[in-house]
Amino acid sequence: MAGADAFFTADTALFLVQALGRTLLMTLIGCSIGLALGGALAVLRGSRAPWLAPARGLAALYIETFRRLPFLVILMLVLFCVQAFAPDLALIGVATIAVTLAASAYLSEIVRAGLESVPQAQRDSAAMLGLSWLDTLRLVMLPQAWGVILPPAAAFMVMFIKDTALASQIGVVELAFAGKILVNKGVSPVLGFGAVLILYALLSWPLGRAAKALETLLENRRGAAHHR
Amino acid sequence: MALLTIADLAAGYGGAPILNGVSLSAERGDIISLIGPSGSGKSTLLRVLMGLTPASGGQVMLDGVAVDYASKPALTALRRRMTMVFQQYNLFQNMTALANVCLAPVRALGVPEAQAEARGRELLARVGLADHLHKYPAQLSGGQQQRVAIARALAMQPDILLLDEVTSALDPERVGEVLDTVRDLAATGITMVIVSHEMAFVREISSAVVMMDAGRVIERGPPAAMFTTPAQPRTQAFMRAIIRH
Repeated sequence: MAGADAFFTADTALFLVQALGRTLLMTLIGCSIGLALGGALAVLRGSRAPWLAPARGLAALYIETFRRLPFLVILMLVLFCVQAFAPDLALIGVATIAVTLAASAYLSEIVRAGLESVPQAQRDSAAMLGLSWLDTLRLVMLPQAWGVILPPAAAFMVMFIKDTALASQIGVVELAFAGKILVNKGVSPVLGFGAVLILYALLSWPLGRAAKALETLLENRRGAAHHR
Repeated sequence: MALLTIADLAAGYGGAPILNGVSLSAERGDIISLIGPSGSGKSTLLRVLMGLTPASGGQVMLDGVAVDYASKPALTALRRRMTMVFQQYNLFQNMTALANVCLAPVRALGVPEAQAEARGRELLARVGLADHLHKYPAQLSGGQQQRVAIARALAMQPDILLLDEVTSALDPERVGEVLDTVRDLAATGITMVIVSHEMAFVREISSAVVMMDAGRVIERGPPAAMFTTPAQPRTQAFMRAIIRH
């Protein structure tokens, strides 16, 4: 096959693995920080204290903004801000910040839906027993919300792996860009993009499985709480 | 001095107040039963007492000291003295029976874990659930869940226990076991405010019966008199309607 010699080399393998690493890094770091930040925003939006009202408004504005902007636009925005204030930051850092912003906004809504799925009566019980705000969240709400949060959150992350291909537009050599570079160098498109396809699949498949396994584990820990 | 005094308590806003100036008092050891039609404000009264529903007027006093429901520390102090059992049990679905009972003593009262667990086992045994310590709510019947809820409330060692229609959601066959539990409790001398539609039970167990309608107290009296010779026409009509069934 044309370009096969150029493809089956240690250099190409290393090149692809590095690109795969960048895709993985952007997704994992971005989505992890995004989940933490989004979770905090969801908790904030679910608060009732009057003095937190301005913070709730800002959180809502943040979430709505980054949910409505296309990911490519977020990337460009972050790139221009970074160039203005921290020009030394690597492009992969720029892309990771963009992933974090988008992921926090989406995941925040997923966490919020999960928390709201826990009946108000559970909160009443916790309040009646004098549990603190943090204990109520940590010991009563989140354990019951995980089953609702996890499936869509995992689906979002797996989907977002593919969206990180847009980081190629600001020059991050991630998996999709790597495929294009290989083909431009004369590697057969079937080989180059075929390898990219397989690597994407290898990335998202175990993530999907891990999420499913975690879901099952949480369900079991709930003691079959949902069938009677 | 009365243990619990409720003075002119109001709740709800605008044209449809739920509580319309309720005044009541309970001495230590009293068992006060609230009766009346659905929507008369009985359950709301209990929720307002616990600080779960805000009052729009009036006062609640414990040992003559007014409770400031707007203050977190005051609310915490109140919830150490008064607990509630809900109609729908509201057990924490993600915890076993024992964990449900031990959680608040450990987290809210600071009782050492081992001590809370020993007490939890004892309380669950007392409500007849010694064999179900490690079951989750979904694995228990309604009556068993309600007894766990009672044990959970007792674990707080409250001075006052509020019971909100604790048998209304239960299978008829399960009502008796929960009533037996409440009967045992009554014998310990704990102060209780009970909302119930189990009239025979109310008559048997109460030290005073309070008739409510449209967010007001219509009449209060000893159970025998309230059931046989109530003074107010509204109470008479209610009793006639009940007895006909």
